[in-house]
Amino acid sequence: MNSVLIANRGEIACRIIRSCRRLGLRTVAVYSEADRGALHVALADEAVGIGPPPARDSYLRVDRVLDAARASGADAVHPGYGFLSENAGFAEAVMAAGLTWIGPSARAIREMGDKQRARDLAQASGLPILVGSPVFREAGAGDLESAGAAVGYPLLVKAAAGGGGIGMRRVDGPGQLRAAAEGTQSMAAKAFGNGAIYFERFIERARHIEIQVFGYGDGHAIHLYERDCSIQRRYQKVIEESPAPCLPDAIRNDMALAAARLCADQRYAGAGTIEFVVDADTLDWYFLEMNTRIQVEHPVTEMNTGLDLVAMQIELARGTLGALTQADVVSSGHAMECRVYAENPAKNFMPSPGRLVRFEQPEQTADVRIDSGFRAGDDVSHFYDPMIAKVICHGPTRAAAIERMLETLRAIRIEGPVTNLDFLRAAVGHPDFRKGEVFTGFIERFKPALLAA
Amino acid sequence: MAIIELKSDITGSIWKILKAVGDAVEVDEPILIMESMKMEIPVSSPESGVVREVLVAEGDTVGDGTVVVRVDV
Repeated sequence: MNSVLIANRGEIACRIIRSCRRLGLRTVAVYSEADRGALHVALADEAVGIGPPPARDSYLRVDRVLDAARASGADAVHPGYGFLSENAGFAEAVMAAGLTWIGPSARAIREMGDKQRARDLAQASGLPILVGSPVFREAGAGDLESAGAAVGYPLLVKAAAGGGGIGMRRVDGPGQLRAAAEGTQSMAAKAFGNGAIYFERFIERARHIEIQVFGYGDGHAIHLYERDCSIQRRYQKVIEESPAPCLPDAIRNDMALAAARLCADQRYAGAGTIEFVVDADTLDWYFLEMNTRIQVEHPVTEMNTGLDLVAMQIELARGTLGALTQADVVSSGHAMECRVYAENPAKNFMPSPGRLVRFEQPEQTADVRIDSGFRAGDDVSHFYDPMIAKVICHGPTRAAAIERMLETLRAIRIEGPVTNLDFLRAAVGHPDFRKGEVFTGFIERFKPALLAA
Repeated sequence: MAIIELKSDITGSIWKILKAVGDAVEVDEPILIMESMKMEIPVSSPESGVVREVLVAEGDTVGDGTVVVRVDV
């Protein structure tokens, strides 16, 4: 392996370039017409244009990415997160083209990408599963009421296709079930061309806790402890931290070992994340899904363990990674990540694209890391994700990490797009957050106070 | 009869148009869905009525405050 094409953009492309460079590898960036002047293009040794701004015409085009690899002489591909990273067909096409795929097998991507199959595999490895219904192709078909009763109330009606919570409805009793099912079905049919729906048990106060895993592809797998990602808006993560606050060690260890077991049973290769939903009141935990890629919030784990997960992915793919045992992985102190978004919290977190007229960041240290794909003067385009930067702070204790985060957020200056910087500070400084009382409804619950701060 | 103008709240592109001219719409029923920064944002009528004009096409980019649909209410 000499030259790595990074099939991505923004901060993750920049971050992958950094690890490649440390490993002595040449880097090839790809870019859409909107990203011609982007930071990841400037940082790479070479860059190849792959089409118009909409992702489906550029970053999601398997043929164009492979053409770019051929044209630039790259011999390996790192997909980053999002875009083609969990597209099994892309992984296969990369390997069929004779290139090294820096990621798990196409089989693992495909099986874990099928939510039902993933649940079956997790269950076979002994992981607890949240009760769900079968998928109904149409709301009119099948016995909705008995499926609802089997799942139990309150439940969520969800669209099987698509994501982002579109069409999702909460149902508190059997009387509302049919109307909700029909509403979600009709919304999903129009939006996704697929009206299939299913029910899932709704947890009143849920926490989202995930385990970082790393498999060697031969049945050996380790975990790198958990990240609590409960602070979310619109079902998207905003603040992540590790260790998860107020989680007994016995539960943390059970979850981590279960995640590593699933990874080992699947002979999984590379970095992955096993997501769990945890009932904040009972601390019962259930497998939700597995993400077969590097995760946005992976720096939280890197800050605590001192490991470079992206370098580990690359070294595993090129066959130079030394075997780590579970005992080699030590998580020390507390790390926390805040995602700085170009969005307006006061307008229901609506996107706020635009030019970064000003973008100043404090100096990075061993305990303060800022990953961004932007510089002052760059455009935050409406074609892509609203994330401007990830701010990751570490400290010996959670309280110390919180103080460092508040200080770092205060030192960041952004003009141009509306951002959630003030909102993040209000959230991290909120008394309930300081106490560690996090749950996925936190932002919704404390929104007035967080907006007023 | 009155005409109300529905405006885009954000800068983004038109992802899906769900209603055609002459279609009846209910209160808060989405008429089109915009896409910006990976978020899908429905544009809905605050009152029930009939779609009078759709001023955009799928794939168009529109700015914050652009009138996208007119509805007879």
